[in-house]
Amino acid sequence: MDIQTLTFLIVGATFALYIAIAIWSRAGSTHDFYVAGGGVNPVANGMATAADWMSAASFISMAGLISFMGYDGAVYLMGWTGGYVLLALCLAPYLRKFGKFTVPAFIGDRYYSNTARTVAVICAVFVCFTYVAGQMRGVGVVFSRFLEVDITTGVIIGMAIVFFYAVLGGMKGITYTQVAQYCVLICAYLVPAIFISIMMTGHVIPQIGFGAELNDGSGTYLLDKLDGLSTELGFAEYTSGTKSTIDVFFITAALMVGTAGLPHVIVRFFTVPKVRDARKSAGWALLFIALLYTTAPAIATFARVNMIDTINGPDAQGTSYEQAPSWISNWESTGLISWEDKNGDGKMFYSGDERNEMKIDRDIMVLANPEIADLPAWVIALVAAGGIAAALSTSAGLLLVISTSISHDLLKRNLMPHITDRQELRYARAASAVAICIAGYLGINPPGFVAQVVAFAFGLAASSFFPAIILGIFSKRMNKEGAIAGMISGITFTALYIIYFKFINPAANTPDNWWFGISPEGIGTLGMILNFVVASAVARFTSDAPKDVQELVANIRFPKGAGEASAH
Amino acid sequence: MSFESEQHADDYWKENLRLMLTLLVIWFAVSFGCGVLLVDELNAIRLGGFKLGFWFAQQGSIYVFLALIVVYVHKMNQLDRKYNVHEDHEEPEEFEEALEEEFGQ
Repeated sequence: MDIQTLTFLIVGATFALYIAIAIWSRAGSTHDFYVAGGGVNPVANGMATAADWMSAASFISMAGLISFMGYDGAVYLMGWTGGYVLLALCLAPYLRKFGKFTVPAFIGDRYYSNTARTVAVICAVFVCFTYVAGQMRGVGVVFSRFLEVDITTGVIIGMAIVFFYAVLGGMKGITYTQVAQYCVLICAYLVPAIFISIMMTGHVIPQIGFGAELNDGSGTYLLDKLDGLSTELGFAEYTSGTKSTIDVFFITAALMVGTAGLPHVIVRFFTVPKVRDARKSAGWALLFIALLYTTAPAIATFARVNMIDTINGPDAQGTSYEQAPSWISNWESTGLISWEDKNGDGKMFYSGDERNEMKIDRDIMVLANPEIADLPAWVIALVAAGGIAAALSTSAGLLLVISTSISHDLLKRNLMPHITDRQELRYARAASAVAICIAGYLGINPPGFVAQVVAFAFGLAASSFFPAIILGIFSKRMNKEGAIAGMISGITFTALYIIYFKFINPAANTPDNWWFGISPEGIGTLGMILNFVVASAVARFTSDAPKDVQELVANIRFPKGAGEASAH
Repeated sequence: MSFESEQHADDYWKENLRLMLTLLVIWFAVSFGCGVLLVDELNAIRLGGFKLGFWFAQQGSIYVFLALIVVYVHKMNQLDRKYNVHEDHEEPEEFEEALEEEFGQ
C-alpha cells in the first residue's frame, strides 16, 4: 500500500475512535460540560492534561526548533516542563480545594470584585484564541502534506471533528477523547525515534542513544560528530548555542511561569475528585509530557545529523539534485524546503555561511524525519495521525475555556445571573460553536504573526494570572486593589514591550536595544516581577482583604472537606 | 476549622511551606543553576557522550522535576494524615457507620 492510502486509513481510524468516544461520553449538565462531572481518575486526567498541553507546536515544531537552535532549545524543554512543578506545588491543590470551574471564577471570588473577574475573562479569551489559531494551522499543514487536500479543506475537516466532540461532550467528551489522542500522539512520536535510535546508535532508548557512540564503527559520539559538523559548516557548536545567558534565563522563566498561569491547563485540575488527586494528577501529567519532551532533543539531534548527511553527502561536498532523496521533492511541493544552485554545480549544499544553497523550514523536521531516515510507510502515516491528534486535543481544550469563560463567568456571573443550568449549557455550546468558527477562520487566514503571538500569550499569562493566583493563595491580606493594580501593570508593561519590538519597530528587535538584554520572548518574567512588586506595594497602603475572604483563604490551605467543583 | 487548634493550623501551614520551598530551591538549582547559569562550567565534565551542562538543560532537569512532584505528593499525603486533614477515609467511614447501623454490629 502506498503512503497516502495508509495515511487515510490510519487517520480515518483515529477520527472514528474520537467520534465514538464523544458519543459515549455526552455531557448532560453544566457540571459534566465544565469539569467532566468532577470524577476523572488522576491517571486519565494526567493523560488528558498532557494531550491538552502538548499542541501542534510541541509535536510538530519543537524538535525542529531544537534541531536548529542546539543548546538554546533547552528554553522550551525546561520552560514547558518546569511549569508543572510550580503547578503541582503552588497552584493545583489549592485551586482544587477552592472548587470553582474556571480561573476567572477564582480571581473574581478571591478578590471579591467583578472588575477583576472581567479582566481575567478578557485575558483568558485572548490567550486561548492566539493559541487555537496556531493549532488549526497545524491541522491544515498535516492535511495538505499527507492527504494532499488543500489547507482550507484540511482546516474545515479539523473544525468539524472538534466541533462534534467539544460541543457535544464538553469537558467530559474532551477529557476521554484526549486520553485516546495522547496514546496516538505518543506512539507516533516514540516509534520513529526508537527506529532511528537503533539505526544510528544501536540503542533502543532514544534518550540514551543521542548521547551514545555512532554504530558506524568510528567510535565517535553522536553529539561530538554533530558539534564537528556544525562548526565545519559555519554554524554555532550544537551543544553551546548562541543566546546570551540572561536571555536564556528569562525566556525559560517566562515559559515556566506562563505554563503555570495558562487557563486551559489550570482548569484540568478541577476535574479530579480530591485535592490529593490534583497533586497526583500534576505528577502523572508531567510524566506523560516528559516522555515526549525528553525524546524531542534526541529526535532533534538524529534529524539534524541525518539531514546534513543526506544533503551534503558522505564526502561533505554536496549531493547532486538529480539523485536527491524523495523527501526533498515531496516537501519542495509544499514550499517548506527550497534549493537554489548558487555555484551552478548541480549539487545541493547546506551550511551556515555563504556556501549555503538550501532553505529549510524548521517545522518539517518531525514530519519529514521518518522519510529522511527511510522508515516504513506506516510509520510516516502514524506520524501524520499523531500531529493531527496533538493539534485537535489542544484546540478542544482551548475552545472549552473560551466557551466556559463566556457562558459562565461573563453571562451567568455577570450579565444574566438568572439563567437555568439548561440555558447556561446551551449558551456554553453556542459559545464553543462560535469560537470554533473564529478559530477556523484564523487557521485558514492566519495573521502573519502567529508565531510571535505565542510569545505574547505566555508573557500575558505569566505577567497577569500567575502573580494574582499565587498572592491569592499565599497572602491572606492581599486585597483587590493590589491584585487589580498588579495585573494591569504587569500585563501593560509586557504587552507594550512585545508590541513595540514585534509590531511597531521590528527593525530594532536586536539584543543591543533590549532592556538588560532580555528578548520580547522573555519579558513576561520581568512583567511578573513588576506585578508582584506593584501588588504588594498597593496592598500595603490599602485596607486588608475582608474577614470572610481571609477565612476562605485559610480554608483552601488544607485538603479536608473538598467538595466537588461547583458553580456557586 | 478542621484543625484541632489554631496552633495545629499554623504548624501544618509552616511545614507545608518549608517542604514547598525546599523543593523549589532544588527546582531552581537544577534548571536555572545547572542548566543555565553554570552550564559552561559543567560542560567541562562528560557523561558518556553528553556534556553535563547540556545534559542537565535538555534531559536531567526534566527527570528531577518529575522526582520533585513525586516527593511532594508523598510528603504532603503524610503531612495531611499527621494533622488529620486528609480526605482518604471520609467516605468509607460513613459507609461503615451506615453498615453498622443497618446490621447492628
